[in-house]
Amino acid sequence: MNVESKISAPVDEADDGWTVAGRSFRSRLIVGTGKYKDFAQNAAAVEASGAEIVTVAVRRVNVSDPKAPMLIDFIDPKRITYLPNTAGCFTGEEAIRTLRLAREAGGWELVKLEVLGEARTLYPDMVETLRATEILANEGFKPMVYCVDDPIAARRLEDVGAVAIMPLGAPIGSGLGIQNQVTIRLIVEGAKVPVLVDAGVGTASDASAAMELGCDGVLMNTAIAEAKNPVMMARAMKLAVESGRLAYRAGRMGKRRYADPSSPLAGLI
Amino acid sequence: MSLDGTIMIHLNGEHRRVREGITLAELAGELGLAPEKVAVERNLEVVPRSTLGEVRVEDGDELEIVHFVGGG
Repeated sequence: MNVESKISAPVDEADDGWTVAGRSFRSRLIVGTGKYKDFAQNAAAVEASGAEIVTVAVRRVNVSDPKAPMLIDFIDPKRITYLPNTAGCFTGEEAIRTLRLAREAGGWELVKLEVLGEARTLYPDMVETLRATEILANEGFKPMVYCVDDPIAARRLEDVGAVAIMPLGAPIGSGLGIQNQVTIRLIVEGAKVPVLVDAGVGTASDASAAMELGCDGVLMNTAIAEAKNPVMMARAMKLAVESGRLAYRAGRMGKRRYADPSSPLAGLI
Repeated sequence: MSLDGTIMIHLNGEHRRVREGITLAELAGELGLAPEKVAVERNLEVVPRSTLGEVRVEDGDELEIVHFVGGG
């Protein structure tokens, strides 16, 4: 083995994908497709992020302007997995109706369920979320579920058929970063399905923090779309998720309360 | 039903008159929509894409035609 290959391949990264509902992905970053200047910028950001899954919303076609550009003309659903969401739904029934249509529009079962409790905080309504998760799972859907950062609620979701637990790090669109690392870690430790922080990421270090806690992935939209340079931020998030994951796998050092010198004390002149 | 051979439906929340006997696939075509890019709900029931060419619109139908848009 020459020196170069020793340096370039010190870490086994090849096997580090993740699997949700039987589908395997390499990228641990899921990005939203809302709030971009235009579809072209959106597509460039998705490319830079390396994401293999994008979230999409389901809305009425503009029947007065059917030739208006469509998302699927810019982001190819054959190459990038569309994850239909239920953003804007405030009852289980609305969310279920939306996802039934999404399944017909796309032909897949993997969906993102979110049932919101109120417009001010966009916090999930967990009673409705649990109920809708169970109904969807019984209809053959594979729901990835946006939820509060509550380890007990997360377990309940898993019990009724959630294929991934997606706790918020902070309110949707707030960019405040992960507010409670303890609860996110507890959810990760308790879950048998993938855990992805969904909402609250503001910048790259927030994404790394989520991954260092052992999350399987991170889902974000506004942090990229509202950056001054969304494509550059998408690249930053890709690297942040990858480095956070590597740091988690590498196992961080223990914390000490006091200094510990890195250079040997023996042999001091 | 009316004398001019049209019926009244609700399409995406708006009143619209369409030809009597028109199928959902024909309606999508007249609207300029590619059926493979949309999903159709008729009176709160999803219409399977494979049957769009057979299902005929009836007077008073509530239709929703949706597609994927950007979202988080």
